Amino acid sequence: MTLRPDLAAIAAHVAPGSRVLDIGCGDGALMAELESVSGCDARGMELDGALVERCVSRGLSVVQGDANVDLAEYPDKAFDYAILSQTLQTATRPDLILDELLRVGRRAFVSFPNFAHWRTRAALMFGGRMPVTRALPVSWYETQNIHHVTVEDFRDLARKKGARIERAWFFANESEIGAPAANWRAEFAVFELSR
Amino acid sequence: MLNPSSVFQIPYPLPLDSGQALDGAQIAYQTYGTLAPDGSNAVLVCHALTGDQYLASAHPITGKPGWWERMVGPGKPIDTNRHFVICANVIGSCMGSTGPSSIAPDGQPYAMRFPVITIRDMVRGLVALLDGLGIDQLHAVVGGSMGGMQALSLAANWPARAARVLVLASTARHSAQNIAFHEVGRQAIMADPAWAGGDYYASEARPDNGLAVARMAAHITYLSEAGLTEKFGRRLQDREAKGFGFDAEFQVESYLRYQGSGFTRRFDANSYLYITRAMDYFDLAEEHGGKLANAFAGTQARFCLISFDTDWLYPTAESRHIVHALNAAGAKVSFVELSAAHGHDSFLLPHDQCDRVVKGFIE
Repeated sequence: MTLRPDLAAIAAHVAPGSRVLDIGCGDGALMAELESVSGCDARGMELDGALVERCVSRGLSVVQGDANVDLAEYPDKAFDYAILSQTLQTATRPDLILDELLRVGRRAFVSFPNFAHWRTRAALMFGGRMPVTRALPVSWYETQNIHHVTVEDFRDLARKKGARIERAWFFANESEIGAPAANWRAEFAVFELSR
Repeated sequence: MLNPSSVFQIPYPLPLDSGQALDGAQIAYQTYGTLAPDGSNAVLVCHALTGDQYLASAHPITGKPGWWERMVGPGKPIDTNRHFVICANVIGSCMGSTGPSSIAPDGQPYAMRFPVITIRDMVRGLVALLDGLGIDQLHAVVGGSMGGMQALSLAANWPARAARVLVLASTARHSAQNIAFHEVGRQAIMADPAWAGGDYYASEARPDNGLAVARMAAHITYLSEAGLTEKFGRRLQDREAKGFGFDAEFQVESYLRYQGSGFTRRFDANSYLYITRAMDYFDLAEEHGGKLANAFAGTQARFCLISFDTDWLYPTAESRHIVHALNAAGAKVSFVELSAAHGHDSFLLPHDQCDRVVKGFIE
């Protein structure tokens, strides 16, 4: 099975045999990869009950829960990695979620759609409407993305939180691109953080 | 008699939480499927308050199908083609395991001389049975409601005995509201003159009226308001207009009376007192220094918890409480809240999503 590019980048950089918490784990694709290929001990959290059911029925340990409240129950540094893929921008308070990630995990992976991608900028600049693009396909009134964020915004937040950016990966057209001008060119970004 | 149960004689006095011991106790049980030569495919299913060992085979008194036949059987989510499934009547009950209606060493029924037991005591009996069957580690222990309490108690107190722990519609402690409803039931039984301080076994009269009222009150807690409304509404039973009397005029009254009287044919009133008391005493955290996470410290088992959104007896918050403790203990845990119309009883009723989760977890 082919993983989404941001998940593939994360899967490739999680140390084998690690303890991992995947927050917003969806159907468990990344968890399954980490368990079968990297021998990780993976746990998941997912809000959508139907997705939780799919995870559990494929033998994964996934808890139906809301990252905004249920992360508080995990002990400090319970995991080698806490992963938040494409979920930061849906959180009630992304800054508090980031704190929690760095509390429960020794390291964190965060992926998100970059709102400063040139297509988004162009849609707003020339269309004068909230962008509906390949990376952000849902209209403003029904999107779950309530806190749009850019690559530079995220770097600022990490700095404010005292988090060190260990590595970063950027993607456009389903493939990895270089870091230069990523805030213009990247549709998605993945950051590895520590504190 | 249909499906005669196997009976296991516990070869030692069973120690109890009260400090007493139960001498000569026996456990009646049923099994389905075949135990693998290495004993690795055993699944223990624990029954609820008024359940019994007739899990997937007809009940000898009522003739009705087993209480979880939709879940357990060949090709079912708990597949007896693959697993050796055990279901045992808990001690304190009345379907063949030692309880208040059993004959004490002095030749008379125990009645109220039976020691007060706990959920952990029931599990002690089950563990004795597993020892007798030569099963060191269960592939899984499974239970709904009070069965879930037993599964949790086994996981907490005998952590090496089960590799998987599946808990449906249950709780780690009885709340004040849970205790309150049980007390209504117990008082209904004890207020029945035929109860006679529990010594009714030799007499013609049984405390059936009290036991029926207890069952009626409890039965309401197993359902949801929406479920009752959908099933009965305010419809009248076998009449066109209100009768200005106190017969069972509403369908819901007729239904509850039927449930109550049917129950007295298969259940012992004293067993109802003892088992509800055991449930009321249940507080898994209290047994482990007041912190639920301590109950599961170091566990290697995988856990799965399922709650139902209309269950107000053991609501989702109770399952979440257990999940949080398991997370704090670093245990492998899955949890899902399923949508269902029928309240606490939903775990016994057809539910495709529930079946898929159970099947996926048990396999």
